[in-house]
Amino acid sequence: MTSAWAMASLVLSPLVAAALTFAFPRLGRSLALGTAGVAGLAVVRLMRLVFAGGVQTHRVSGWGAPLGIELRADGLSVLMLIVTALIGVAIALYSQRYFVSEHDDEARHRERYFWPLFLFLWTALNALYLSADIFNLYVTLEMLGFAAVTLVALAGTHAALTAALRYVFVSLSASLFYLLGVGLVYGQCGTVDLPSLAAQARPGPALWVALALMTGGLVAKAALFPLHGWLPPAHANAPAPVSALLSALVVKAPFYILLRLWFEAFPALMTPAVAQVFGALGAAAILWGSVHALFQPRLKLVIAYSTVAQLGYLFLLFPLTAAQEGGFMAWSGGLMLLGAHACAKTAMFLTAGNILHAAGHDRIEDLDGITHILPVSVFAFGLAGMSLIGLDCPRAAGLPGNGCC
Amino acid sequence: MPDADYRIYALAGMALFAIGFYSMLVQAHLLRRIMALNVMGSGVFLVYIALGAQTPGPIPDPVPHAMVLTGIVVSVCATGLALALVDRAQAAASEVEPGDDA
Repeated sequence: MTSAWAMASLVLSPLVAAALTFAFPRLGRSLALGTAGVAGLAVVRLMRLVFAGGVQTHRVSGWGAPLGIELRADGLSVLMLIVTALIGVAIALYSQRYFVSEHDDEARHRERYFWPLFLFLWTALNALYLSADIFNLYVTLEMLGFAAVTLVALAGTHAALTAALRYVFVSLSASLFYLLGVGLVYGQCGTVDLPSLAAQARPGPALWVALALMTGGLVAKAALFPLHGWLPPAHANAPAPVSALLSALVVKAPFYILLRLWFEAFPALMTPAVAQVFGALGAAAILWGSVHALFQPRLKLVIAYSTVAQLGYLFLLFPLTAAQEGGFMAWSGGLMLLGAHACAKTAMFLTAGNILHAAGHDRIEDLDGITHILPVSVFAFGLAGMSLIGLDCPRAAGLPGNGCC
Repeated sequence: MPDADYRIYALAGMALFAIGFYSMLVQAHLLRRIMALNVMGSGVFLVYIALGAQTPGPIPDPVPHAMVLTGIVVSVCATGLALALVDRAQAAASEVEPGDDA
């Protein structure tokens, strides 16, 4: 399989499966498993190609940048694709049985729409990580937003629909901020291609405005403090596999675009002041999210607020990497945390789904004795929690020792 | 085209965007907020078209036009999604029992 085939199948296999699942709901479970297999193989193949031959590109229909659409995979893309595939496979397996356990028509209705939306979300994520220009990133980000909003609404309860409404307004206006920024960048640089932007960019007021607009939109989508208000209700009121998808994968995509923008397209504009602003917001998010998590009465809300805090940790990557000394350590550490958080958060939300199902509620006060009913789930939940804390400690303690701060 | 022309359109687009965003924040009625989003979108498209006229000569740069076409498709989908969601949310709100959504 050449890199072109690997990249094409990463985008096309979930897309075709999503369309088929929508038309033939009975095929949902098997098609999702099939997609998981194909995407898993393709991402492993692509990883080996990138390790052996460096950056892989493919011009769709032979039209390259700047006019055509180019797919591009480098180390960062491959990492994000691997994380997506890992979580995707886990959720495809978990959801085989999740909806069966509720024997009513509503559950069947939810499952009917879960599979196509899940596969659409996977398509959007893969396409986003393979995009090489900032306009394509807009289109894929918008696809991702549509799938995510609809998945939040899937539960159909009043609380879920209210959360979805709030999410859709934040998501759509944030996308328009990003789109306006893309337009201004094109007006300044005459290109939207990520690699050529670095050569074309001349720091000036117009470019600063453009970057501020794009960053504002992306920060709202990534739920960085103080624009995180939409996240806890949206993530906590969704069905378990959806919460896991949203917390583990969806909020990482705008963060990935921010990394591309600030470190690849416009490194000249990454001044210490900008890095410190990201750092300060990240630090505030850690404190705010963690303190709020402590006071939540419901298990899923605790996990959702923990996501707010963990996203804050991710944004510390900006000041740590921008400080030249030890920048690479901070970069790898931050990306390692990204993958670890995705896995741990998936495990937490999926086991919380089991607990919610067994107990009928997720009020922490009344969950006494749940360890006797679901020993394995609670153990997995604990392991995930240890991963969240345990990975924090060496990062917080180890990096200053390596001359980073 | 004289230099000043396209800038007026670009500034008008920015103004539309700002007006739309302001209404998005202050309006309580959901339908109005969806319309505000559309006004924001139109502002963005106007900026794109204006920047397409930046190039010297009588023929404008076609790339922003292609982007606006894509943007329009996306914004129609977004409006449809938001309208459907508002409809469902209102249906759910009317049948919700007190204390149901704790």
